Amino acid sequence: MSTVKGSHILLRHRDNPALSTFEGYIKDGGFKTWKQVVTRMTPEAVVNEVFDSGLRGRGGAGFPTGLKWRFIDKNNWPHYVVVNADESEPGTFKDREIMESNPWQFLEGVMLTAYAVNANVAYIYLRGEFWMLAAELDKQIARLRKEKLLGMKLFGTDYELELHTHLGAGAYICGEETALLESLEGKLGQPRLRPPFPPSFGLYGKPTIVNNVETLANVPLIIEKGAKWYRKFGTEKSPGTKIFSLSGRVAKPGNYELPLGTTYGDLIMTHGGGIPEGRKIKAIMSAGASSTLIVADDKALATPMDYESVPALGAQLGSASIIVIDETVDLKWLVDKTVHFFNHESCGKCTPCREGTYWMNNITQRILHGEAEQKDVDLLKDVAMNMKGKCLCALGEFATEAVVSSIERFPKDFKIKAGAKTIAGELKVMHD
Amino acid sequence: MNALQTKYAKEVKAILAKYPDDQKRSAVMPLLYVAQREAGYVSRQHLADIAEIIEVTPTEVASIVGFYTLYHDQPEGKYRIQVCNDLPCAMRGADAFLQGVCENLGIEVGGTTDDGLVTVEAVMCLAACDKAPMFQVQDYENITYYEEQTVDSTLKLVDKWRKAGAKKK
Repeated sequence: MSTVKGSHILLRHRDNPALSTFEGYIKDGGFKTWKQVVTRMTPEAVVNEVFDSGLRGRGGAGFPTGLKWRFIDKNNWPHYVVVNADESEPGTFKDREIMESNPWQFLEGVMLTAYAVNANVAYIYLRGEFWMLAAELDKQIARLRKEKLLGMKLFGTDYELELHTHLGAGAYICGEETALLESLEGKLGQPRLRPPFPPSFGLYGKPTIVNNVETLANVPLIIEKGAKWYRKFGTEKSPGTKIFSLSGRVAKPGNYELPLGTTYGDLIMTHGGGIPEGRKIKAIMSAGASSTLIVADDKALATPMDYESVPALGAQLGSASIIVIDETVDLKWLVDKTVHFFNHESCGKCTPCREGTYWMNNITQRILHGEAEQKDVDLLKDVAMNMKGKCLCALGEFATEAVVSSIERFPKDFKIKAGAKTIAGELKVMHD
Repeated sequence: MNALQTKYAKEVKAILAKYPDDQKRSAVMPLLYVAQREAGYVSRQHLADIAEIIEVTPTEVASIVGFYTLYHDQPEGKYRIQVCNDLPCAMRGADAFLQGVCENLGIEVGGTTDDGLVTVEAVMCLAACDKAPMFQVQDYENITYYEEQTVDSTLKLVDKWRKAGAKKK
């Protein structure tokens, strides 16, 4: 399967644009599964089907979705479902396309998940920038209420469900699930110490399932067609398709839904049209700004993109946001960009991250402006190594990935010449 | 009932209804957006009004304004052009684009035009990496995306706002 017409599970609107309308989605059989589930299936049966499908969380961590659902504490009520629609990782723009163009499938996924874990309320937490998108979702949710697909006594049963959107206001950290919950509670978006994990202590201290948009968009088809059908796509340990957000120095950036296990070469060179202007590929960032830089040699390009294979390259599949770096990009410049991002987004709660990102940015700026000596590169790496394993949440860890991997894997880029400025002068406007 | 609550009674009620009765604090973010609709920033009076509605101190509301980038405690341009120049966008020319826009408007990054109409800011990733150069416009009412932009298309947009503003006067 590739991105040919008729091949999508998540980006189905590309095959059938009518799916973006309520009528079009209904005509395609939409919400039949919802009715079937509420009237004829037990919550446990829904959880089991998703567990058997092998679906893994698409937000980045890749945790088995069905297993997370099984962890919900059944001795503490009420239960909540919270959708992580805070998509803020540089290089990631997949959830936005799902919600904008295939919203009903996404909403049906949220509803099925709520039923599966016995929740009567679900919140969709969107980053504040998705303002227009949230306004559309509000209208769509109102329509579902009107059609009696949401509300009290659904299909004559005792089950009731309400969905609400909640807008963030510009904070990358709120993509971390416990920071997101704090934010939804009206507090600063700062991570909690884990454990306890949200399935036992989540929103308002109640058992909560937090899932990413793309994860939930898989659920309606898994329930409709079954776990066995779903496992036909992808690999044994990484079943299904994945949306790969492709950006950077590539001819055709965009979202590509492909089976897990597709190679980097296939994505970048075949689907993405290769590197513009006959340049050579230099590096790959596999999971947005949070990832290490992979040396883009033949071995890397032949590596399957799935949860098991990518770690062999010293990287992670993560949210599968692939940023392509070509030979003209100076990694001193790149590292300054990623460090600046994490310095800006550090929430300030834990010291290693708050201070570490600040001082790393101080050094990358000096390197960039030709004010550094060779020993400053060692100092930069030293600061990064002292952050590793010591931060409260993954953000601090992420901030070090590009730094350490660039210095170790691309040492030529970090040879400092006295007084030489490192301004990436060849970075021209590519769009015209 | 304070000023904010009186003016937006129906909306405030609808916002509070989204959350459990004993979790009013959850309404702080949507209420701040309501307040900001007045003049593009959150005033001291707004802090007090919101604090009263959700039963916390004004300082706690102020901490939320300070933490999140889309809330502002000072009036700036009526239209805030927020350009993403993070790594993927920068590799598609976002830095040069941002400089070009600022030079043409005669301001620095973060500055506001003399007529008080436009502020240009550099912001973090906006999830539109394949469509750079791009920005969002935050005005009093909305946040709107503009993708695959050029300096020219951006200046035309600013002209359009200027003309619309002149007509109103």
